[in-house]
Amino acid sequence: MTNSTDALLERPLTALIKPDRSPLSLKEYRDGGGYRGLEQALKHLTPEAVLKQVTDANLRGRGGAGFSTGLKWSFMPRDSGAPTPRYLVCNADEMEPGTFKDRLLMESNPHQLLEGMAISAYALGAEIGYMFLRAEYGRAAAHLQRALQEALDAGYLGNNLLGTEFSLTIHLHTSAGRYICGEETALLNSLEGKRATPRAKPPFPQVCGLFGQPTVVNNCETLCNIPHILANGADWYLSLGRGADSGTKIFGAAGNVRRPGLWERPMGTPIREIFEDCAGGMSPGYQMRGFLPGGASTDFLLPEHLDLAMDYDVIGRAGSRMGTASLIVLDDQTCPVAMVRNLTHFFAQESCGWCTPCRDGLPWAEQLLNEIEAGRGRMEDLDTLAWQCRFMGPGNTFCALAPGAAEPIQSALKYFREDFERHITAKGCPWH
Amino acid sequence: MATIRIDGQDYPVEEGQNLLQACLGLGLNLPYFCWHPALGSVGACRQCALLQYQNQDDTRGRLVMGCMTPVADGQILSIKAANAVTFRAGVIETLMTNHPHDCPVCEEAGECHLQDMTVMSGHHQRRFRGRKRTFSNQDLGPCIGHEMNRCITCYRCLRFYRDYAGGQDLHAYGSRNQIYFGRFEDGTLESVFSGNLVEVCPTGVFTDKTLAAHYSRKWDLQCAPSVCVHCSLGCNTSPGERYGMLKRIQNRYHPEINGHFLCDRGRFGYEFVNHPERLRQSYQRIDGELIPCSAEAAVTALQQFFSPQQAEAKQADANSAVPKARPIGIGSPRATLESNWALQQLVGADHFFSGLSRADETLHQAMLSLLLSCTHATTLEQVERADAVLVIGEDLLNSAPRLGLSVRQAIRAASLAKADAIRVPLWQDQAVQIAGQDVGHPLYLLHSQRSELDNLARDSVHASPQQQAQLGFAIAHALDPQAPAVAGLEPRQQALASEIATRLMEARYPLLIAGASSRSRELIYACAQIHQALVRQRGKAKPVGLQLVFPESNSLGLALLTRHQHENSLDDAFTLANLRPTRALILENDLYRRAPKAQVDHFFDQLEQKVVIDLLASPTTARADLLLAATSFAESRGTLVNNEGRAQTLFPVFPPPREMAMSWQWLRRVAAADWLQANPLVEVNDEAQLLAQLAASDPLLAPLQALAGTDANPDANPNTTHSSRWTTPRMPHRYSGRTALRAQLNIHEPQQPHDPDSTLAYSMEGLPVYRRVTAQDPGLPPLPFAWYPGWNSNQAQYKFDQQRRGLLGREVAEARLIPAKTVQHPTWYAPAGRRADQNSEQRGEPMSPALLIVPQPQAFGSEELSRVAAAIAARTAPLRLWLHPEDGQRQSIADGDQLVIQLDSLDILLQAQFDPGQAPGTARVTDGMPPLCGCTLPQYSRIIRSGANPLIASDRPQELDPSLQADTHLNPHPNQEQEQEQADD
Repeated sequence: MTNSTDALLERPLTALIKPDRSPLSLKEYRDGGGYRGLEQALKHLTPEAVLKQVTDANLRGRGGAGFSTGLKWSFMPRDSGAPTPRYLVCNADEMEPGTFKDRLLMESNPHQLLEGMAISAYALGAEIGYMFLRAEYGRAAAHLQRALQEALDAGYLGNNLLGTEFSLTIHLHTSAGRYICGEETALLNSLEGKRATPRAKPPFPQVCGLFGQPTVVNNCETLCNIPHILANGADWYLSLGRGADSGTKIFGAAGNVRRPGLWERPMGTPIREIFEDCAGGMSPGYQMRGFLPGGASTDFLLPEHLDLAMDYDVIGRAGSRMGTASLIVLDDQTCPVAMVRNLTHFFAQESCGWCTPCRDGLPWAEQLLNEIEAGRGRMEDLDTLAWQCRFMGPGNTFCALAPGAAEPIQSALKYFREDFERHITAKGCPWH
Repeated sequence: MATIRIDGQDYPVEEGQNLLQACLGLGLNLPYFCWHPALGSVGACRQCALLQYQNQDDTRGRLVMGCMTPVADGQILSIKAANAVTFRAGVIETLMTNHPHDCPVCEEAGECHLQDMTVMSGHHQRRFRGRKRTFSNQDLGPCIGHEMNRCITCYRCLRFYRDYAGGQDLHAYGSRNQIYFGRFEDGTLESVFSGNLVEVCPTGVFTDKTLAAHYSRKWDLQCAPSVCVHCSLGCNTSPGERYGMLKRIQNRYHPEINGHFLCDRGRFGYEFVNHPERLRQSYQRIDGELIPCSAEAAVTALQQFFSPQQAEAKQADANSAVPKARPIGIGSPRATLESNWALQQLVGADHFFSGLSRADETLHQAMLSLLLSCTHATTLEQVERADAVLVIGEDLLNSAPRLGLSVRQAIRAASLAKADAIRVPLWQDQAVQIAGQDVGHPLYLLHSQRSELDNLARDSVHASPQQQAQLGFAIAHALDPQAPAVAGLEPRQQALASEIATRLMEARYPLLIAGASSRSRELIYACAQIHQALVRQRGKAKPVGLQLVFPESNSLGLALLTRHQHENSLDDAFTLANLRPTRALILENDLYRRAPKAQVDHFFDQLEQKVVIDLLASPTTARADLLLAATSFAESRGTLVNNEGRAQTLFPVFPPPREMAMSWQWLRRVAAADWLQANPLVEVNDEAQLLAQLAASDPLLAPLQALAGTDANPDANPNTTHSSRWTTPRMPHRYSGRTALRAQLNIHEPQQPHDPDSTLAYSMEGLPVYRRVTAQDPGLPPLPFAWYPGWNSNQAQYKFDQQRRGLLGREVAEARLIPAKTVQHPTWYAPAGRRADQNSEQRGEPMSPALLIVPQPQAFGSEELSRVAAAIAARTAPLRLWLHPEDGQRQSIADGDQLVIQLDSLDILLQAQFDPGQAPGTARVTDGMPPLCGCTLPQYSRIIRSGANPLIASDRPQELDPSLQADTHLNPHPNQEQEQEQADD
């Protein structure tokens, strides 16, 4: 038991997950210490105290933006005159290419998420919770549905949780399948049955969210951290991080690496440890040329960046974003233009069609990349692409989709420009 | 006031608006697409980007969207900064990747906002080499053309059609750059406001199909400020003409009435002006035939008509031994104030009849007295701010659609308070809607059937007009115990009356809406009672809104002219004709729409001589002995009084052909005859004099003086049309081919027509329409069309919207005739059922199995002039008898059965249609449609089943009645005339 307790303290999110990744039943979860955090919160802490612990733990949003969870919660009106009902929404619409961390958490330990939502809802005074689940996550949906029933039967959800005044209903909503639904305000529109276009901010969801009511939207992994913070305290959580950021993070690696997969490691773990120790480095015969550190919508980094710590600010200073902390590795036998084109195709497909730079800019960028890849590119196209990346930059678009989509393009132009030029001069793809 | 600095210059601007609004208001050019002054901001197109600097030391700045950024004191901004300019050009270039280069064949070109913005943003060279996306277009019906390839996805169409106007059948389909704005399948757009898509769309996706049928570019259209003639609201319009043909109607911004939007009847009803049935010259009856004659001959004949001696001398008829009495004049609620007044002067007030049935005449007079007793005049703009609304006996989206649209905005405005509380700027449309999506609005409807607004109402009652009135009186009693109580109400009705009374009392600005649609005086009395109770209880300081819907464009004007007269209804004219030999002049009125056919026939049979002045052939004109061609609104200058008592001038868009004249001009030519020397009409030489006489004739009409005075051209030189400093051109400055238009007839260029009566010229020359009006100007001139340098589309008007709003009350083309007074109603009305005259209102016996047939005005098909316009006719639903299924079952009628109803002893064949929203015991028919249009309604009628449902194909087995197989009803739009014939059989 000591070993597993230690593991739980080192890798709180995944330590309980069984090797075959089958879902933990309520009993198994409870035996592993589950729902202790909820009991602690509901029976011994006021909502304010829960909020304080989360703030003290310096938990930052795991969806990619890294915004302080405690701060986000604090914008929710919670006084006696605050509007009701208030909502907590779990963003489990994990559609970032190369990212599959939430899937593991929901498929294998669904109660952890439910407990996290229950504690968070208690802190926020939210009486209704929604889980907005990616359309393709059928297995997660089944596991969550079962866990919801178990938790309801056991009194962890429903009316008067654990005999307290607090009540919470959680609905599972499976998405119709659009990347934009991962954007929290588009998610809310979709949940209301409207077209999944983002909303203007301000007003932020905490003030005017789902159905116009105060709403907090948190990423699935963020919410999974909450039970452990409550169970073990903010200090413990702070001590987990190796760098400036606290807690652990589920890191992933994809591409031609020896062992693609997911690993829970402390925040601030150097990228090299994830790439070499966890993923086992490149598959035989492949050389790394670069990698996207946090999913498809982040800037490329180069092998020289491997020793950077996986902290929000460290990666930010290197010119990229930690995003979902899922590495996508580019090797020497893959055409970077084709890779960027493939990503851009995805983003152009997934644009919601609301604002001009994204809706009409991304298909244009894709068209240019197609031309270059097909050997019909012109040198001035590279200038056009570079201009487009600035054009779609942060602040110029309605939401973060297009700026994210521009990141792999702009960094590829920076780091792999000669490859683009070779396509143009050779009138074809050198990798073909 | 805040001060903002734009490109180094400080400007004082109103706080609370966004930067885009502020810039446009300052006359600065900042391009945009998705913003609209009435629809607010959503930040989708990213076109209105400008640079905002944090402080004086900030040299980089950051891009902000003008439409999404509130004005704040001390902001430092740049429109001209290179970053912003490049970004805006980029937005256009990106939009253009999918926009076809089809301007030469696009109906929008020349007034295309996208063209204007493209030029403004400076994008001219395209880098995109890919294929443009293509869509299939839809057939959206007779009014709106659809060309989706041109779409730039600004979402304005949806935001207007769905969010603003409540339409359901237009939506966005697909996503990314494949978003498709259309219907689920081909079909006519259902909303009565669909025409606004033409103006809301910044490019040529939604275009005016009626314009396309006889197309001219905007720059070739001669325009004038005009007023819609298709209902009583008096929406301002800008009609366009070329080659003597009226080509289209566009909205003309009026901040207090129509704002930016018109209804489809107002926009597409204009084609009656070009109709083949239009009377284009005069006719005289010779040997029983109407034979065309010259205007001169017509005037001579008209003079003879008015001169008994001459007429007698020429007539060898023995009957004329008795000296002839003066002829009678029958006026019209759709003729201008001038024409009605001229006729009234000519024949004398005692010989002037309103041309309305007695029931309608008294109804309109009751409405006028209610308006005159009002403490507060209510504009459509104020309607949009009402926080509790009670509508009595009106289906607004059909009887006065634009008012219905304003009520819809009042409901939307309920969310504004919530948005304001969480400090969302009220122009941030999406957030306001999200914040307020669950906010209800106390809208209550009393009507005889369910209507479209019911979906938004907090509660609605569907009952007979009398029961509605009962409830109305009960509401008044609940408000003020002094108002007589109503006996015998059901508990639910009693509770509802109390609830409505409470909501009206609580409201900051409660609004009552009633009108003539139900043809029930009781409802007006009930409305007056509630109004009086509300004013008494709330005190004079708190306003109570009131809007009364009149049926026609000048109903109120006519009511004002005849309000001192007694026995001046059409029924009285009928009586007079029964008593003595009578000659009549009928002014712009089809009497067969006013009274039962038998009565009118009898009247015409009795008349010795009938002169008709009208613009469209009608059953009445067919009976004329002398028929004079009147000008339509498009060729007339005149005054119409809208339902709030606002007299508005409409100006001729183009000079009428020589053979036509405004009705009052025909009459004026007679007035020159010797025997009429003493007539005031003799003093009248022009429009201004006529208005001055009109104004002098009645204290209530005195404000009309303003229309006569300020607008007349002080420096007019009769020899030229454009020498004055105040002349405004009717033609855009790029008007082409003026000298060549008639070249196939005569190569000599004719002199441009002269318009001494207004400051408008039939010319391209004169003061630009967009000039900024200053305090030195004599008044706010009406605009023939919207144009501003660089802004060819109608969006040009936003450039001076704010300025015009600031100058309200200085318009030269309108005057308020009904002063806000603090007069109390003299007495309380006794609730319905207790007064002696109540039975006169609903004819027939309420005995089983009779149903009360009630009239329902339809947006398409009820109004006399618009119903002949092709686009409106195509959207007119066939005439049906709508009744409650229970009433049908009780009388063994099935949905779709052929029925015969008896109205005014006339058998009328109609198809039954069940509607669970119809009040039990009542059945409705479309008002104003042949063969029903002259019938007295409401009226009790027995329902006789005459045949089974004539359906020939159905999913379900259906027994066919062989006798009906040869019938015309296989046609989905049965020919009304044939129905009439069958009925007569």
